[in-house]
This record gives sequence, structure tokens and C-alpha cells, in this order.
Amino acid sequence: MDNLFVEKYCHIKNNSIFVDGKLVYADKDAEGLRAFAKSAYRHLKPSYNKFFKMDEISKLGFVAAEVLISDIELSSYSEEDISIIISNSDSTLVTDKNHQDTIDDFDNFFPSPKVFVYTLPNIMIGEISIRHKLKGENTFFIVEKFNEELIVNHINSLFLTHKSKAFVGGWVNQSEDDYEAFLFWASDKGGVPFNALEMKRLYNIIT
Amino acid sequence: MEELIEKLKVQIIEQLNLEDMEPEDIDAEESLFGEGLGLDSIDALELIVLLEKEYGIKIQNPKDGQKIFFSLKTMAEFIQENQKGTAEV
Repeated sequence: MDNLFVEKYCHIKNNSIFVDGKLVYADKDAEGLRAFAKSAYRHLKPSYNKFFKMDEISKLGFVAAEVLISDIELSSYSEEDISIIISNSDSTLVTDKNHQDTIDDFDNFFPSPKVFVYTLPNIMIGEISIRHKLKGENTFFIVEKFNEELIVNHINSLFLTHKSKAFVGGWVNQSEDDYEAFLFWASDKGGVPFNALEMKRLYNIIT
Repeated sequence: MEELIEKLKVQIIEQLNLEDMEPEDIDAEESLFGEGLGLDSIDALELIVLLEKEYGIKIQNPKDGQKIFFSLKTMAEFIQENQKGTAEV
């Protein structure tokens, strides 16, 4: 086929996980992203201890990718044929502030390596790539809000120039008081047509 | 020494986010990196920060790290050695 389709998509917001628009897990009692990500991890049981060392936004991306990719047959692609393109508006600002807290006080100046290494949003892409052995192209866009045209155009250009055959794409954002993940799996194997109009519709299904 | 090792176990679990581990899961003579506890290079940096922050000890020669951080026991021995005459751990 010459066109891409969205085979599956996942939303995480308000302490709930949705797959293809349907609620699959919720923990309304979890307070904040750290607690919810841990709760979702315990539910999914991926047995991946490195999860606990990640910053909060990487945990969010990890959980979303875990849910998204769980029943995708990755072995039908070569590792180089799967790319990952994610975007957000707040970069890693929450983690950046955590790092700043460790260096604000000159008399208590102990920058933490484990915090510092996560002060870039593409580290989240790295964590997902390591977990699922994705070795294709990877890009992280910082934009004001989810920009379906940007994502669709970028992914289509990679697809049409034969750089990749399948894609993990979407939006993973954490601000001081909120978080949201929307990840999709796009390939040529059928599903929802991969275009800006449909992408906007899927992104807005969960409000 | 035993007391220090037990204290280190708790500090390492806390500092390195080893959420699924309990102090009794860590063998003091087991290697911290590789096959043993499976720590990585960022963990090694965190251990250096822990020594400085909690025990006021700076590692002067990074090459010594491999020996100091071989196990919890070697770490505790290093702390005791370097705190002699300064403060009790």
C-alpha cells in the first residue's frame, strides 16, 4: 500500500488510559502523574525496573508506548523501519525545575545526575526506543499545542521517502499541574486514514 | 561496620529509586554493577554524590571508583577509612 493508516491509538489523561477511545484503566485515587504512572505500571506489569529511575514525563511516555505497542507485531518490521516522532509544549520543564532545585542553594549544592540526565524531552524517546528496540528516525517537536499537520507531514515525508515503514507518533506533555499523552501507531496495514483531519478527530475524542 | 552497611542499603534504595528492593534483598558482598545489583553509569555518579552529600567524602581519583563501589562492603570500608578521626558514621 502507498498510504499510511492509524492502526491503534492511546490517550492518557485525568488518571485514565484509553485505547482506541475506550477506557482500559483508571486510578482516580492516584495523586499526580508520579502516582498514576506507578499505578499504571503495576497494572501493566512490564517488569522493567528502569521505569522507576525515569523522570515523570518519561514514565508517562513509557506507559503510553507500553499500552500502544503491546499487541503490535514488531517482529514483522526491521528495527530500523520503525520511527518515533513525539511533540509537546512544555518540553521537560518540570524536570528542569527539579534539577534547578538541586543547584539553587550554594551551601547545599548537590546536582543529581539522575535528575539532570532527563532534562531533555528526547530522552523520553530514547527510553521508549530502548525498551522496544526502535532504531529508525526520531524527532521531538516543541510546539504550542498538538499540531496534527506538522506530525502528519513529517511522518508522511519519512514514509514516502522510504526512511521508515511504521511510526509511533503523537503528543506527551507534562506541565506543573497537568499531563496528557496521545500516541498512535501508523503503518500501511490498514485502519483510520492517516491525515490531518482524522488525526485532529482522534486527538479530540477524549476531552 | 554492620550498622553502616544497613544504613547504606537504605540510602542506596532511596537514592537510586530501587523501588522493588528491600534492604534484605541486597547482599553486602555482591557486586553493585553488572551481574549483581545491575546498577548503571548514572547510578555510579549518584553514589559519588551520596558519598559527598551524606558522608562528606570526595573521591579524588575517579579511577578508584571501580574498587570503592565494587560492593556495599567495599563502600562501607572506604567510608570508615576516610572518616577516621573526623566523624563517626
